[in-house]
Amino acid sequence: QQIQENLNKQLLDNLVSFLIRSHSEFQEKTTEWTCRMKFREIPTAALVLGVNVTDHDLTFRGVSDALQDNITPYIALLEAKDCPGIKNLMQKLMGQLMNCDVDVDSLEDENCVQVSQNRTRCSMSSLISWYENATKKTDSETPSRKRNSSSRHWQSPPVVVIFKDMESFTTKVLQDFIVISSQHIHELPLVLIFGIATSPMIIHRLLPHSVSSLLCIELFQSLSCKEHLSTIIDKLLLTSQFPFKLGEKVLQVLINIFLYHDFSVQNFIKGFQLCIVEHFYSQPLSVLCCHLVDVKKRINSLSHDQCENIRRLPSFRRYVEKQVSEKQIALLTNDNFLKEETERLLEDLHVYHENYVSVLRCLHVFTSSLPKYPLGKQIRELHCACLENRVWETEEYESFLQLARMLNKTDLVTMLQQCVEILMSSSGKEFDKTVEKLKEFLTQFQNLEAEACQEQDVSVSSQKELQKKTDLYHLQKTLLELKESRRSKKLTKFEMLRFEVVDSIDSLVRQYLVPADARALHEVVYFNAATVLRGHLNAAPRTALHTALNNPHWYLKNKALKCDGGGISNKAPDICIVYKLHLECGRLINLVDWLEAFSTVVMAAEEPNADAASSDQVDDIIHARFIRAVSELELLGFIKPSKQKTDHVARLTWGGC
Amino acid sequence: MPNLEHPAYPAADLLHLESLVPCRESQVSLLLSIFGERQHFSFPSIFIYGHTSSGKTYVMQTLLTTLQLPHVFVNCVEYFTSRLLLEEILLQLQSSSGTEQSSAVQCDTFNDFVRLFKQASPELRDQTLYIVLDRAEQLREMEANILPAFLRLQELTDRNVTVVLLSEIVWELFRPNAGCFEPFTMYFPDYSIGHLQKILSQNHPPEYSADFYAAYINILLGVFYMVCRDLKELRHLAALNFSKYCEPVVRGEANERDTRKLWKNIEPHLKKAMQTVYLREISSSQWERLQQDGGEPGQLKGLSAHTHVELPYYSKFLLIAAYLASYNPVRTDKRFFLKHHGKIRKTNFMKKHEKTSNHLLGPKPFPLDRLLAILYSIVDNRVAPTANIFSQITSLVTLQLLSMVGQNDQLDGPRYKCTVSLDFIRAVAR
Repeated sequence: QQIQENLNKQLLDNLVSFLIRSHSEFQEKTTEWTCRMKFREIPTAALVLGVNVTDHDLTFRGVSDALQDNITPYIALLEAKDCPGIKNLMQKLMGQLMNCDVDVDSLEDENCVQVSQNRTRCSMSSLISWYENATKKTDSETPSRKRNSSSRHWQSPPVVVIFKDMESFTTKVLQDFIVISSQHIHELPLVLIFGIATSPMIIHRLLPHSVSSLLCIELFQSLSCKEHLSTIIDKLLLTSQFPFKLGEKVLQVLINIFLYHDFSVQNFIKGFQLCIVEHFYSQPLSVLCCHLVDVKKRINSLSHDQCENIRRLPSFRRYVEKQVSEKQIALLTNDNFLKEETERLLEDLHVYHENYVSVLRCLHVFTSSLPKYPLGKQIRELHCACLENRVWETEEYESFLQLARMLNKTDLVTMLQQCVEILMSSSGKEFDKTVEKLKEFLTQFQNLEAEACQEQDVSVSSQKELQKKTDLYHLQKTLLELKESRRSKKLTKFEMLRFEVVDSIDSLVRQYLVPADARALHEVVYFNAATVLRGHLNAAPRTALHTALNNPHWYLKNKALKCDGGGISNKAPDICIVYKLHLECGRLINLVDWLEAFSTVVMAAEEPNADAASSDQVDDIIHARFIRAVSELELLGFIKPSKQKTDHVARLTWGGC
Repeated sequence: MPNLEHPAYPAADLLHLESLVPCRESQVSLLLSIFGERQHFSFPSIFIYGHTSSGKTYVMQTLLTTLQLPHVFVNCVEYFTSRLLLEEILLQLQSSSGTEQSSAVQCDTFNDFVRLFKQASPELRDQTLYIVLDRAEQLREMEANILPAFLRLQELTDRNVTVVLLSEIVWELFRPNAGCFEPFTMYFPDYSIGHLQKILSQNHPPEYSADFYAAYINILLGVFYMVCRDLKELRHLAALNFSKYCEPVVRGEANERDTRKLWKNIEPHLKKAMQTVYLREISSSQWERLQQDGGEPGQLKGLSAHTHVELPYYSKFLLIAAYLASYNPVRTDKRFFLKHHGKIRKTNFMKKHEKTSNHLLGPKPFPLDRLLAILYSIVDNRVAPTANIFSQITSLVTLQLLSMVGQNDQLDGPRYKCTVSLDFIRAVAR
């Protein structure tokens, strides 16, 4: 499972580099600002990050790392939950700044740091004195070691304070902090960064004008999370580098969770990782899911059992059934032959992926520019459609072809050029021919253009001729002729060509965009257990609790508990009985009635003869069991004691009213 | 108002002072007469109030520094606890008296403060010490004894000390319940337009003549005086837009006296500035960059341009459901949501009648169950009550689109309130 770890690492690396790239622009801005602090304004960056709060942590880590590398060692990250008051905020700020000072020059400063931490006086003036000390130290103390770093940081690096979640800060804390720091901006070059999840209007809502006028706010919009997702999908799924693939349904589940629920790229990646783990855990043949280089080695080391596993795969069986009978026998009996065949199949699969991706991109070039997006705007939708079934059999594909036949020339040419680029860049060898064909189309189009020019010349000359003629009737006639001839001649040529182009694209699609289910051995690399994944990711606590209490057999697997339908069995745990009984009640539950019902259920099967004796007097043991069950329900938060009636409890569960 | 006269201070100093504090001569002379000579005991506490940027802090500071009176200047916002405040006063006192003692001063209570204060200021006995507390309204939020004690510090310490409180609100709002020593109150009125003109024109850049700058200020005030009388803000705006004003002069198209031409050039520009910079839609640095490029601010979107919020699919529906729940009365729920399924259009339409009254009343709290019930009825397909939905509700609360009402007992049927406006919901529902 090394691959998996590698994959995760690569994945996170991708993400971080992506984030850093998206914020590089932002860093340049900060450097600019610090130079221009004329007024009493605090330079402030408002980062609008979108509502996917779970991703913000990573973003901020990326930002602070990037800042630390390039601009300043002094960075403090503040969270709203740590700072209920201005005092806590200052303490936190001081602590973080002084600690990161230790990180930077971890020399003999330990004693000095201890002093500063012992000193509980957290005010701006002490912060300033600390800052002066720190910068002086970096300037004078160790020129040898600091040279490289001071070339990166400057003489007086700014202190960056990042407010992670602007919305949750109380207004007073922020206002006070801004007022204080604006008074010391000359002694302490401070830069604020607000992390905003909703919209920048929140600044105006949180801060009155007198305070916001102290800020010099510049706005940065991070990429929308949808775009972020498409880049991730682009990098992870639509490449042939990662051997692991997602099946259509699984991908759909992941994307649905993303779009419907949280917009969180992080969660998407977690889900993806879960898929990887699940795949390697549940599929015994996942050993073969690796880079092509290692495949041969691994195939050779396959045991007999594993070969049997291969034979049991449905896609492999289908493949075998298509072969001639001798080969069938060889495949089913001879392990070595099977291994060779598997290797070949896997290679085929790999080539298929390469071709698939590039053709998919070509198709996307066409579909994304058509009106109404018959096959989806994003490449991921197209991908899903292609994975699901044969794409050329769908209605959307038909409408796509029709629309494509109506494209105008310039669009068509640019699309063709893009396609050629994509196909050229792909590593597949089979595309040489298609590339040539497409290039041919392009030259034909160019020829067409040239012809059109010539024709225009002709028409110009004919117009000159026309001027000579004076007869009105003749003039009209010739004009009409001219028009008709132009239309019929040129447009037919162009249309013919257009049809040819569309047909060739169509054939490409039919050849390469075969759904993966049709390929042999696709189970090795595709993960298709969507229901498992949904169960893992889409937790439903209410439903789970209800099943547990309503149908204890589901979890306990005890035969005796298996009940049929509505009846309440007395063998179930007490809490289940109590729960079922309470489902029948209204908002307020009378405890005495409940106890009666409970005791009847419990007594019913146990001792039918003894109930005469204890009919009016409830058994002490049953009483105790009842009380315990009720208090367990209270602990679970299903009921609470009510103040309206003393011997009643209020029901809190779903559907109580 | 005549020149400042006071027997105790040299006339040169007074003249200098007068040039530094334009339009505040009467207040300064009043203050000087209260202060008396250096060794005189003055009024124990003075309370100065006036609107924002009416020069309270500035006047006090220049007065004390130019006349070289011993003083301590503390901002109460910055030293947010009484302990920090007292320690800061003592620290400043030590450094001003020149006796560098151990830097760590421990001062937890006012009692300590009085004791340490007596120790710290033996040599100041012949002069009045002024303690200026800026933004004194913060004092009300500290311990109850701080404000009365500062008011009678002279009596408590038996030293020649005067406490000056600067604030933006009137004294009546300060007066504690238990009663206290009444300070001498003094009002700084707002600057008039003439005053503003005079003050702003005073610091003209050296390369241009004073008249030229005064003309510019005149134009600036003509545009901005209607919306803004804050001196600081006006000064900021003047500095930002001056380079644009000078442009024709630099290019040689107009000379400095050609005010009409200059006015034509600057006026639309200033109007634009009023819409953007003054409201801090775009930052001043962005504004300067724009001026250099000569581009239109249309390309640069302001803060309020990004009002659109992207929300996940179900979050949108949750928010809409929350909005409906907090603005619709419970009794109409049955009518709106029970019968049909995809009836959201109609509900919005029908709601119009009651909207006026309900919107004036503001959002009402609603229980979680009602929210979910409405959610189920407005979403077309089935929604399972998964953990994702519940966590979305909480994340909406952290985004401050919803807010939790009432007790913090989670099990006890939490109640929420929708805090977003109708416009926002319209944008989301689209």
